[in-house]
Amino acid sequence: MPTRSQTLARATALRAMFEAQGAALVEPPILQPADTLLDLYGEDIRGRAYVTSDALRGEQMLRPDFTVPVVQMHMAHGAEPARYTYAGEVFRRQEDNASRANEFVQVGYEVFDREGPAAADAEVFALIAEALRGLPVTPVTGDIGVLMAAVAALKTTQARKNALMRHIWRPKRFRQLLDRFAGRTTVPAARAALLAGKVETDAPSIGKRSETEIQQRIAVLRADAKAPPISAQEVDLIGVLLDLKGTMPVALEQLHDLCVDMPQIAQAVERVAAREAALAARDIDVQTLQFQASFGRASMEYYDGFVFGFRANGRPDLPAIASGGRYDALTRQLGQGGEIPAVGGVMRPDLMLELEGAT
Amino acid sequence: MTLKLGVPSKGRLMDKTFEWFGARGITLERTGSEREYAGRVDGIDGVNLILLSAGEIPRELAAGRIHLGVTGTDLVQEKLALWEQLVEPVEALGFGHADLIIAVPHCWVDVDTLDDLDAAAAAFRATHGHRMRIATKYHRLVREFLQASGVADYALVDSQGATEGTVANETAEAIADITSSGETLRANHLKVLGDALVLQSQATLWRSRTAELEDGDVQVMEALLARLV
Repeated sequence: MPTRSQTLARATALRAMFEAQGAALVEPPILQPADTLLDLYGEDIRGRAYVTSDALRGEQMLRPDFTVPVVQMHMAHGAEPARYTYAGEVFRRQEDNASRANEFVQVGYEVFDREGPAAADAEVFALIAEALRGLPVTPVTGDIGVLMAAVAALKTTQARKNALMRHIWRPKRFRQLLDRFAGRTTVPAARAALLAGKVETDAPSIGKRSETEIQQRIAVLRADAKAPPISAQEVDLIGVLLDLKGTMPVALEQLHDLCVDMPQIAQAVERVAAREAALAARDIDVQTLQFQASFGRASMEYYDGFVFGFRANGRPDLPAIASGGRYDALTRQLGQGGEIPAVGGVMRPDLMLELEGAT
Repeated sequence: MTLKLGVPSKGRLMDKTFEWFGARGITLERTGSEREYAGRVDGIDGVNLILLSAGEIPRELAAGRIHLGVTGTDLVQEKLALWEQLVEPVEALGFGHADLIIAVPHCWVDVDTLDDLDAAAAAFRATHGHRMRIATKYHRLVREFLQASGVADYALVDSQGATEGTVANETAEAIADITSSGETLRANHLKVLGDALVLQSQATLWRSRTAELEDGDVQVMEALLARLV
């Protein structure tokens, strides 16, 4: 295991590499206001981050990542375009796996740029690939944007699309919703009675959720019951897309095939193709680079385009050595009216040293 | 050089535990005044009775400060991460049955399942600008359950008692709590979600995986367990 000073020395060297690319150094505080993170991630973040508090500032979180504070800082007073780098500890609860570190150093690089998203994606990926050169790692890429485009293209109600979009990052619930909207699950008796207007209750109205809200949801349920099911063909296409994986050229060929049946995903697929070209221009071997349409779906829900990760070969026990992606929507959520396309990635210097020691 | 047995220090749980051991020829009793937490064990040598709050027994077992302890499955799983590595269930005692469930107002005729709860939470957040609040003291169990079930747009709020009242008081929209009969839920105009059984709990005898046994203790443990199970 590398020592702390070795890890920090490597982190500083990696950060210097990004600074040489013109990135500005940023150093967000370790203690972050809890409400921003809770608002973004909801209760799930409490299972992953350490929460502490004092009587004056209330709940604070030990930063679980740098991306959120960097985005906040950029949206508040960043110049455009901007490149940032940082290095420091992040903290993650690991209650189910004692072998995973709950405190580790991350080095990151974030690009905020309105021009040339494919080039920016390739820039982040290529710089990280360069830093990892020689290590026994294999990259995987994906694009959440293609799946989002496929959901948006479904021939069904906007309410159903919204529900599916909301659960894109929760594969199990997404599948359940898709099955229900496709008419593949039976309607429970209680729900059938409610839709038929046969449910009456003398229970008093209590709590903050009002009678009006209940009636509104019943109206939504009735409208949904009248909507025709999503066709088996469309469900199958989503299934094909979710299972799609292969080298970039193979995956792109399959994606282009899917465009015949789902022409609305063509734009998103063009972005994948443009990225392939931008990666090739940066000397990435796209002939062997893996693409998986489902990659990154189970991670924290802010990536909405390009996603990537570098895993150590033959070491499934290790977390990703590096990972990142595009998070345009996050800048909108934290931007207080503003937004800007953004992409970034992080590396784990401690794991890099561990892999070097083992080779 | 004694085996330490932790038992809940008061109430029905203590009485029922004493009965359960008594039926197996081991008499547990409190000694001294009514307010003093000291105990005695008759019927076997080398066992020391430690009276503790049921909520502290998981921690004491995990730390290896007691060798055996009686407490609910709910408390062990809520308070101990990786509990299987720290404690081992010896025997379910057949009392103290309670289900950890999620309940919503009875007037929510549109909400019967977790799927409904999730959809209602999304609409609630859009309407009220904050997440749907679920009052509980079982944060870890409920969060892991809802996360595994793919429910979003909720927030857990802490409630250490009178949890059923939080909905009417508008400090929460739903609750996650232990229920045995459901009467308190009905009295507070709440109903249980059909597919939201987080955990079925009962009083259980646990053995610490971390407590060290000295030479004589091994025989005492064997003799005691032979009598109990």
